[in-house]
Amino acid sequence: MTGQPQPGVPILRLGDVLVTGLLNELDDRTAIAFTEELTERISAEGARGVLIDISRLEVIDSFVARTLMELTTVARLLGARVIVAGMRPPVAITLVELGIELVGVETALNPEQGMAALGWRQAPQPLEGARRGTAR
Amino acid sequence: MALPGESTLASRGAKRPGRAETRRPPAPATYPVRTEEDLLTVRHAVRAATVEAGFGLVDQTRVVTAASELARNAYVHGGGGTVTLEYPREPGGRRGLRLTVKDEGPGIADLDAALTDGFTTGGGLGHGLGGARRLMDEFTVRTGPGEGTVVVVTRWTSR
Repeated sequence: MTGQPQPGVPILRLGDVLVTGLLNELDDRTAIAFTEELTERISAEGARGVLIDISRLEVIDSFVARTLMELTTVARLLGARVIVAGMRPPVAITLVELGIELVGVETALNPEQGMAALGWRQAPQPLEGARRGTAR
Repeated sequence: MALPGESTLASRGAKRPGRAETRRPPAPATYPVRTEEDLLTVRHAVRAATVEAGFGLVDQTRVVTAASELARNAYVHGGGGTVTLEYPREPGGRRGLRLTVKDEGPGIADLDAALTDGFTTGGGLGHGLGGARRLMDEFTVRTGPGEGTVVVVTRWTSR
């Protein structure tokens, strides 16, 4: 546990969007490594959007908030739009009381809505069946 | 050695109604804040303590976040220190959780400034001390140049 290298946070690519998520324990070192890796991937893969799922984060203190704000700014300077999705309601309440509004960080209720905002559309599923249904 | 995260989950899962009401509160416990790993350990311990004290999910998050800010202050500005957890009980029966965060650092020269949002000497967001005050019910600071800093914060259940 302590002292051992943390496995990196996985970053997937879907088209021109990078999809990733933060784990429930974000220590300082992981946060810095994550920022560096994500910015490298944005640049190397020409990503236009980044979705960060934070639904597993049980606590966002001012350090994690600063990481998210800096990450968003760096990504924007590289031409990519970041959406932070899935904040837990208690975390949102606590952040406001802490006095942190995550200025400049775009958010979405969940990853699905975040992906939609980044231009991903869910295809209407049973296309064939629906057509048959109306024809009858 | 059990993983701190697992013990948190276990205590949550094992919680029975009325259990915390009838039992004696746990003894105070003190944790060192010397390394970044210690910050995680403190967060785990405080999370488990909030569950033990019977806080709801939003209050748990408030207290753990305040603990994280104060422990980080002690680590960054105070050169390390300790966090002590206690379980006070009001005469009226309300249970609470008290954190005493202590360091032997240079102390805070201008406390009013340090409590102002946006004031920072450490590259953070400058919301740590004032934010922790807003997240908790009671808040006291004892500090002075060269005297170190002691912050005592308490949150009571169902206010």
